Amino acid sequence: MRYQHNTGRILNRTILAILVMAAGAACIIRPGICSQRSGSLDFDLPVPEESLQQAYLGVQGRDRFTLGQIAARVVIVEIFSMYCPICQREAADVNALFDRIRQDPQLSEQVKLLGIGAGNSAFEVSFFKKKYHIEFPLFADGDFQLHKQIGEVNTPHFFGLKKLENGDMELFFSRSGEIEDVETFLQTLLKESGVTLQP
Amino acid sequence: MKKNLWIVGLCVIGILAASAYAFGRSSAFGDKIFDFGHMKSLDSDTKLSEGDAAPDFDLPAISGNRVRLSEYRGNRHVMLTFIPAAWTPVCSDQWPGYHIARELFEDLDTVVIGISCDNLPSLHAWILEMGGVWFDVVSDFWPHGKVSDAYGVLRSDGMSERAVFIIDKTGIIRFIHLEDINARPDLGVLIQALEELTP
Repeated sequence: MRYQHNTGRILNRTILAILVMAAGAACIIRPGICSQRSGSLDFDLPVPEESLQQAYLGVQGRDRFTLGQIAARVVIVEIFSMYCPICQREAADVNALFDRIRQDPQLSEQVKLLGIGAGNSAFEVSFFKKKYHIEFPLFADGDFQLHKQIGEVNTPHFFGLKKLENGDMELFFSRSGEIEDVETFLQTLLKESGVTLQP
Repeated sequence: MKKNLWIVGLCVIGILAASAYAFGRSSAFGDKIFDFGHMKSLDSDTKLSEGDAAPDFDLPAISGNRVRLSEYRGNRHVMLTFIPAAWTPVCSDQWPGYHIARELFEDLDTVVIGISCDNLPSLHAWILEMGGVWFDVVSDFWPHGKVSDAYGVLRSDGMSERAVFIIDKTGIIRFIHLEDINARPDLGVLIQALEELTP
């Protein structure tokens, strides 16, 4: 009898452990079902072919680079798709964000912006870039490999990462949906970064 | 004990099924999208081949007009894009891409016709929600799926496959692309097929 009781307790704990592990696995695979998205932005990207974009990111002389290797204290990553009506509609706003940062002498060297086309082939990213006159670097993710790693966020989605003293990147901002107001978005992002930008 | 094991199994399967597949969907449709989850990739027997005459059709469009395929004969190439269902994840992030690529199709002397087994009111509401499209969207609702069946892309569940047929100015099918229903065809592949029609 006692043996059966202990067996039952062990079984219940095993059930609980399996459920917790399964829920954890589900959070990693599809964070949308959890309260906080928990993908990883620890990936590398091919260095852009255009020398201007290489210089913008500060990644000349490499084949691939990580977000931590970008010459900036804050990196903004937009997850977009050329098929996403919001991404199309707000392409001009994201361009305005890029221009706002580029034209500010305090921000231009310390905040960088790039986009990743979730499920978009190189052709589709190239078309989107040309269509909306986008000057910041865009990268194709045709097979959703990065999108899955990031946490399968909806588009558009914006991540903000800051470089720590030891060179590691820390995610401090993660939001799906439209920018709405460029200045408000930028100031919110800078405030949440906690980074004091050097003049 | 057996009962507990069944509960564990069902919970794990349920959680993993919920996390199994998430297309990179746009936020544009909010929570109005119905997700069937992962579906059987293909579920029909294609009756047509490249080189066959394209079956003619005369279907109602959401514009209020009727669209007859043979009207384009001798005049324009036609890209016929079948989608499985309105208000679903992948379909909702497919035609908006063709919408912004209008100049690519027009430069290649091509009209796009979107076709679905949904009824007209549903298609009308869905297209409005995505912000409209420049091309005709026609309903193959009644007799249900007759045109989809003629093209060999009617699935056993009453939806069509995610398929693209490119028909040249003589009414001959020059390109067939049957995509996994859970994925979206690369625009680059479709444009390349159209370019091959234009010497």
